[in-house]
Amino acid sequence: MSDVTLHHGAEHAAEPHKHAHHHPFLQHHFEDLGQQHEASTLGMWFFVAQEILFFGGAFCAYFIYRGMYHDAWKLGSHHQDWKIGAANTVVLILSSLTMALAVWGAQGAKRKFTALMLILTLILGGIFVGVKGYEYSVHIDHGLFPGAQTYTNVEATPELTQQVQLFMTFYFTMTGLHALHMIIGAGLLLWFIKRTWRGDFGPEYYGPVEIMGLYWHFVDIVWIFLFPLLYLV
Amino acid sequence: MANADHSDHIGHAPAHHRSSLASYFAVFMTLMILTVVTVWVSRIDLGAFNTIVAMAIAILKATVVILWFMHVIHSPRLTWIVVISSFIWLAMMFVLFYADYLTRGWPLS
Repeated sequence: MSDVTLHHGAEHAAEPHKHAHHHPFLQHHFEDLGQQHEASTLGMWFFVAQEILFFGGAFCAYFIYRGMYHDAWKLGSHHQDWKIGAANTVVLILSSLTMALAVWGAQGAKRKFTALMLILTLILGGIFVGVKGYEYSVHIDHGLFPGAQTYTNVEATPELTQQVQLFMTFYFTMTGLHALHMIIGAGLLLWFIKRTWRGDFGPEYYGPVEIMGLYWHFVDIVWIFLFPLLYLV
Repeated sequence: MANADHSDHIGHAPAHHRSSLASYFAVFMTLMILTVVTVWVSRIDLGAFNTIVAMAIAILKATVVILWFMHVIHSPRLTWIVVISSFIWLAMMFVLFYADYLTRGWPLS
């Protein structure tokens, strides 16, 4: 019994027990919300760092084959409609703006504004994925889906045809992985809209909205690189 | 980095920076202008430099997003280290891949 008392005393004598009136979202292993915020943001950055390397592998392979088969890359990118790609780039950057504004709203305890911005982000993300789906259907109609082997071009040699198919493999892999991230982000946004509406976030506690933003902006950055590499070769 | 001094110590005072609305709109407009430049410059034949210019603009856009939308400019130095080192790892991956592909008889044709 005395051991337990001593231990308890040693643990808590230095700092008074604050559990009775701490913030409802302060995890007990953090000293305060400031420390919790910085630790969680840093953790998210570690996740983003590995995401950079995950997509980086695909980009690296893309560049190596682009160096080998430059003509095929040029021909393949001519099958992309750059106007659709540019419009989708605008949509995605706009969604990054609304995401940033959602964080701004949460910092200022603007519950309805934050919810509205998150809903706008979700809608813009939905438009992006919808347009991407339309582009996919056009490519599939043109026989550009990898493995379909229906892609023909009167000017292209069999080698060049195969290389264009390789370009389209990169196209579907990279935009597919990107779209998957968008869909996961949309699911997260739904959850954040619910939490925002419930009133979870405010100037003291907006870290999760900030982290949601880091994810969304990262996905935006991937597209910033994909657009010129796939549509504008 | 001018604003990093007050947030260098982990924990304690939250000291959260709240960017102005004007700065977010300025970042958005910058990204829009750079998107237009990306499309415009791709229509000029610069040979091999087209890729380099396109990537330079994309890197500039990514930097703007990271610094202001992702708030790294107001983040503690530890965050800067993680962000910068992630790109160092990325550079290492590219350098090591290319060291192989450029020196071992590829492409095979």
